[in-house]
Amino acid sequence: MIGRDADPGFRRVNEAIALVALAACLVTAVARRREVPDWAVAIVAAAVVLATGAIGIDGVGHALARLGPTLGFLAALLVLADGCRRAGLFEALGAEMAIGARGRPRRLLALVFAAAAVTTAVLSLDATVVLLTPIVFATAARLPARPRPHVYACTHLANSASLLLPVSNLTNLLAFAACGIAFTRFAVLMALPWAVALAIEWIVLSRVFADDLRPSPEAREHADGPHPELPRLALAIVALTLGGFAVSSVAGIAPVWFATAGAVAITIARPPESLPSLVVAAEPTFLVFVAGLGIVVAAAGAHGLSSVVRSALPSGTSLPALLAVAGISAVLANLVNNLPATLIVVAVVSASAPGAVLAMLIGVNVGPNLTYVGSLATLLWRRIIHAHDEQVDTARFLKLGALTVPATVLASTVALWLALRVI
Amino acid sequence: MRALVWITESSWPACVDRARELLPADAEITLLHVASSEVEALAEHPGPGRLGRHRPPPPGPSVREISDEEAAALLHEAARRLARPAETVAHRGRVEREVLEAAADADLLILGRDGEPRREPKSIGHEARFVVDHVGCEVLLVWPEPPGGLESVRWPPHLR
Repeated sequence: MIGRDADPGFRRVNEAIALVALAACLVTAVARRREVPDWAVAIVAAAVVLATGAIGIDGVGHALARLGPTLGFLAALLVLADGCRRAGLFEALGAEMAIGARGRPRRLLALVFAAAAVTTAVLSLDATVVLLTPIVFATAARLPARPRPHVYACTHLANSASLLLPVSNLTNLLAFAACGIAFTRFAVLMALPWAVALAIEWIVLSRVFADDLRPSPEAREHADGPHPELPRLALAIVALTLGGFAVSSVAGIAPVWFATAGAVAITIARPPESLPSLVVAAEPTFLVFVAGLGIVVAAAGAHGLSSVVRSALPSGTSLPALLAVAGISAVLANLVNNLPATLIVVAVVSASAPGAVLAMLIGVNVGPNLTYVGSLATLLWRRIIHAHDEQVDTARFLKLGALTVPATVLASTVALWLALRVI
Repeated sequence: MRALVWITESSWPACVDRARELLPADAEITLLHVASSEVEALAEHPGPGRLGRHRPPPPGPSVREISDEEAAALLHEAARRLARPAETVAHRGRVEREVLEAAADADLLILGRDGEPRREPKSIGHEARFVVDHVGCEVLLVWPEPPGGLESVRWPPHLR
């Protein structure tokens, strides 16, 4: 097979096969047809690139060895977040926000910002998207306030507040595994970019939605309804898990073990409704999809994609280089979606410096806010196929994205550059 | 006379008060609330996440159930404050469109200024602005709170 691969003709065929396999994975993931599950397509695509020799068995083994711990890490975090839901953490957060808002929509928006920023950073963007957003909607509706700004804040912060920790976003986990930076150093370097992203989101959202944030003169000063207490045990487990992450490099124990311990602890403390619900919470089909996608991206990378990206990306950690990496990553995240973009770019930049990897993360994490579905291809696809059930106001989403994403990518990258110089 | 009162979260008490005080005794009053289907859709599918995947929603009442419940509660409170016979109607959809369609056979639309007081043109919010621009019937625009006297007007240079 190695002999065949040296033949330029075969190389070109393999290159084409790898790119077609990658496109097949992306299109099925984007189309989301029940009858063609994306995880099955990813397995078939991985099998095809292996069978045709576009990637060797060693390459598959290497890709899986690299991805395996990351996917285990993700599964543990998803189980931890779902345990927090079972413990009533998000209902309790909703009640706290309702009390703290004192009937004022703008105060509620500030509290939603705090809750979404912390939830995204600590429990990952999925916790904000799936678990926090419905609670925020209910809290705003019951205030009563028009829930638009609060729901948009969750949607935006799920992406832009996912800069802080390696656990905040799967893209971060992939980069974290690849660049070998310590957990605490990642957090310290990304703290300022994260804060800058939050500030820009606040300035834009609170202005754009100013008329939805007018208080009612008859606002209920005191929230009625149930007041569930914050679940102390679940919070303690999350805090201990975070503490474990912080000391992981000093203790010489990989952070994934602390995440696993946290997931086990919360599953014991708050047993799941059923075993299947525990499995569903860990999203096994998604993990399979990412593994398959990782193999296909590795094949495509070995056949020219990496060298194309390498020649497009500048090296070094000067400000212009970081801005270029962040900008190109943001564009890639919108063209091919942020997950494959991360897999492609991380293989290229991880060798250069952690600074470049972190700049890439600013681009792939904040970038998806530009187009509602995280990729232009997805947007176009859905507009064509599902025009009738596309209820989200695309124009409004694009306008908000245009107001926040370029500014955030720029300012957060400058903040990262400053942090890299100081720390 | 058929009067439509648009009930929104921020301005409903003032609109209901003006309806009670100003409408003739024989007026047929309808209180309308519109839930934004766009915001509900966004709350149900709040974003890209991973390749646009969405996990099944967590157990508990759905976004629409919560929305319906709150709309009913708001309309109930408004009807009680009105203290006059009135029909209450809860719609869902694109807000401006639903209000315009509901106002098609009304003689008067009562709605709140939900923008920033004393700022032109922002003293009327986006949705209310569109409705005011396009509605066919007469309109009564209500201040949610009295805007204060003339001394609070920020006069542009040519009017000073």
